[in-house]
Amino acid sequence: MNDSASGPPLLEVTDLVKHFPIKRGILIDREVDKVRAVDGVSFRVEQGETLGLVGESGSGKSTACRAVLQLIKPTSGSVRFEGREISGIGRREMRPLRREMQMIFQDPYASLNPRKRIGQIVGDPLKRQGIASGSELRRQVQELLERVGLSSEHYNRFPHEFSGGQRQRIGIARALSLKPKLVICDEPVSALDVSIQAQIVNLLDDLQDEFGLAYLFVAHDIGVVRHISDRIAVMNEGKIVEQGSADQVCENPQDGYTKKLLAAVPIPDPRESRERHSGSVQ
Amino acid sequence: MSPEPLLSVSDLRVGFATEEGVVQAVDGISFDLRPGEVVAIVGESGSGKSVTAQTIIGLTRANNARIEGSVMLEGEDLLSASDSDLRRLRGERIAMVFQDPMTSFNPVYRIGDQIVEAIRAHRETSKGDGRQRVVELFEAVGIPNAERRVDDYPHEFSGGMRQRAMIAMALALEPEVLIADEPTTALDVTIQAQILDLLEQLNRERNLATILITHDLGVVAEVADRVLVMYAGKVVEEGTLDEIFYDPQHPYTWGLLGSLTRIDRPRPHRLPQIAGSPPSLLDLPDGCPFRPRCPHEFSKCPQYPGLEARLPEAADHRDRCWLTPEEKKAKRMVEGQIGLEPPPEVRQA
Amino acid sequence: MTRFILRRLVAMIGVLFAVSVIVFVVFMVLPKQNPAQTLAGKNATPGLVKNIEEEWGFDDSLPVQYATMMKKVFTGELTSYKPRLPVDDRIIEGVPATLSLAIGAAVIWLFFGLLLGYLSAIRAGGWLDRILTGVSIAGISIPVFLLAPVLLYFLSYKLEIFPNAQYVAFSEDPYEWARHLILPWFTLALLSIGFYSRVLRSNMLDVMNEDYVRTARAKGLSERKVMTKHVLRNSLIPVITLFGLDFGATIAGTAIITEAIFSIDGVGYYAAEAVKKFELPPIMGVALYGAFFVVLLNALVDIAYAYLDPRVRLGESASE
Repeated sequence: MNDSASGPPLLEVTDLVKHFPIKRGILIDREVDKVRAVDGVSFRVEQGETLGLVGESGSGKSTACRAVLQLIKPTSGSVRFEGREISGIGRREMRPLRREMQMIFQDPYASLNPRKRIGQIVGDPLKRQGIASGSELRRQVQELLERVGLSSEHYNRFPHEFSGGQRQRIGIARALSLKPKLVICDEPVSALDVSIQAQIVNLLDDLQDEFGLAYLFVAHDIGVVRHISDRIAVMNEGKIVEQGSADQVCENPQDGYTKKLLAAVPIPDPRESRERHSGSVQ
Repeated sequence: MSPEPLLSVSDLRVGFATEEGVVQAVDGISFDLRPGEVVAIVGESGSGKSVTAQTIIGLTRANNARIEGSVMLEGEDLLSASDSDLRRLRGERIAMVFQDPMTSFNPVYRIGDQIVEAIRAHRETSKGDGRQRVVELFEAVGIPNAERRVDDYPHEFSGGMRQRAMIAMALALEPEVLIADEPTTALDVTIQAQILDLLEQLNRERNLATILITHDLGVVAEVADRVLVMYAGKVVEEGTLDEIFYDPQHPYTWGLLGSLTRIDRPRPHRLPQIAGSPPSLLDLPDGCPFRPRCPHEFSKCPQYPGLEARLPEAADHRDRCWLTPEEKKAKRMVEGQIGLEPPPEVRQA
Repeated sequence: MTRFILRRLVAMIGVLFAVSVIVFVVFMVLPKQNPAQTLAGKNATPGLVKNIEEEWGFDDSLPVQYATMMKKVFTGELTSYKPRLPVDDRIIEGVPATLSLAIGAAVIWLFFGLLLGYLSAIRAGGWLDRILTGVSIAGISIPVFLLAPVLLYFLSYKLEIFPNAQYVAFSEDPYEWARHLILPWFTLALLSIGFYSRVLRSNMLDVMNEDYVRTARAKGLSERKVMTKHVLRNSLIPVITLFGLDFGATIAGTAIITEAIFSIDGVGYYAAEAVKKFELPPIMGVALYGAFFVVLLNALVDIAYAYLDPRVRLGESASE
């Protein structure tokens, strides 16, 4: 699972900054202040490993993902993919790179086009990039569907015919269709029932082993992040306040915010919970 | 013995007529709520927990709803109460806090005004006195700068503050029962901890009986006294907090407990999961509703199991599973933890 | 809030400027024909054309031509040429009639439209809803040029309940003023009644499903209070914005057909006549006058919206 290959990391982000200007004015909009959504973050993701990015709402983690993928233009900072600088490059140059970097989204109800059939949703990326067409396309799509735990018969169905967990699997199939090297998972299980969350987490784990994928796993649930990640970065108000191996960060947190975050996680164990409350604060 | 129950739900059933047939959202739930007690109803989507909560205060009354059973609040049956009686009770005797504080307040009115409105619907109070009461309430729930914030609009509050305001509104008339429907689900985990502390404090200080609806067992462990686990509209297990967590009797409960991530324990190789998905209420199997997803299904399962106490020493710990207590003890351990093994024929994808 | 209002008013001026430039370009610059010729109208003498050329300065550069045109508009020098009458006087003469028509019709369409919409929404799916839906759709579908003559024929000609046509000024005789306007009011209002009732119904049904309505009930508010203070209040906001635009357009003279059929001597009537005779200056004048009112009402609507919906006020920097 974690081959530390030599050579540059798969993804290397240095001092990434994304500011959103706040404009005011009567005649002409002047920038009066900035929302510092991402305020200088640096991290790296190696081939085949999982970096967990954990933070609460407003921490900037989702904005950071979008800036890494160049879905929004970073204000400053460097994003290197396989050693190559991609921050600020044009859309045309970015296009072939999109095969290598894919994203899975949080809301399984909003991220699939309700008018398209599943086969189309999963197959479109392949078609667009000219990889396959016709019956070969269909075959590859059906194989992907089976791989994520659906059935090839689902090819012709529409999104509304599926449950949240199944839709998330479809999203994963779509992301994997181009055989990317890096998949950014933006809160992929938050909107799902707890029992389904475990299924999806396990699926992502299996796929990582099978395809050698690297994940940037973004979530607010530190329990889930800890389970799936090799290393964790904790984000708060646009900055990374702590970074290290998953075990290190969770068992031996150094930063005040990290400690606060860990202390706040409810423990599904009544005795420990009672101890925690009557005893001293962690 | 323990005091008389404040609220007594007896064999509550709620069905909705839809185009595809009758959906039995709640299929016979019963429980008592005593003063100062916290009862948690746990389940996932489609379990019927929210419908139960909303039916108690009559929010599910509609032409296509069939509601049976009884809900007694100190002798008064809420299900057969008239609309005006129900309105009188809402807020005054039973109050409800909803999941999403952003959408639960009307965006065009100030929060203070909305709370005063709640008060004045039940009591003769001047607007000035009402406002003063809101300031007191804000202070009681821990909203800083109460005097100023009373005049703010909902969108000017952060998520956690809005939920505190929602709780303040629920407490305004000093009800005896608080129903909290997923009160922390939409909040960040640090805020969630604060809100849970607040609910726990209120429960202690005011002896406020609480019904907590949630899908999060971590939340349950922090505040509940008794727990009911619901699946497909039915209660599949009920007992005290310790009984449910340390001696769970139903495979679904094992599955729920097992699929949680625990930061206080070493990471398992694989997260124990429950295979399959929650069932469609239109298409339930015969017998035990959990059958399709249960790796321990056996010959007796097509017979619908009753909710019974099967352990001689725990008269109030009931479950709906035909396995013997010994079998349950053995089968619920997966790799040293409580969990659910996957059925053999389901792929590991 | 003040900043918001100022911004809107500044934007208003900007839009009016843009509209005037467009009017200028469309009427003066684009046509292949010599603009002086167009202005002069049919059967113009070469002498007249020459005079116009000098008066309007068509030899000058385009920006100067524009400036000349605007100067004429603002100083009231814009005139039609056959006969030679000032356009702005004529417009001002027509305003009371158009205003009477517009305001009366607006009151009627608001009252009935909202009433029908409200009833449809609270009894959604029932027989009342279905009947009212039918009425609304009929109202939207019947064209003015069909409805007006039919009403005139039956109620005025045959039954002689209402007078045939013409506008009677309020100052002359209030009773006759109303009597002469009733048919035009209803003709104009019917379309909007249908439309507004559908819009309100749809908004109300959406709002009734909102979480805060559920909260209102959970607080123990009476059904009436829930409907008025929460459902209606929020449902009306989009209706008000719609109304502002509609009303602006009506004052601007889009009631052309109604005015023409009922021979009401308003701005729309003036414009219709000018179109028939193809007189350019009145058309230009009415276009600018209309633009002014539409833009003004538009700005007022935006300001009203911000007043009614506090979330809009923050605009530039929303919290969170």
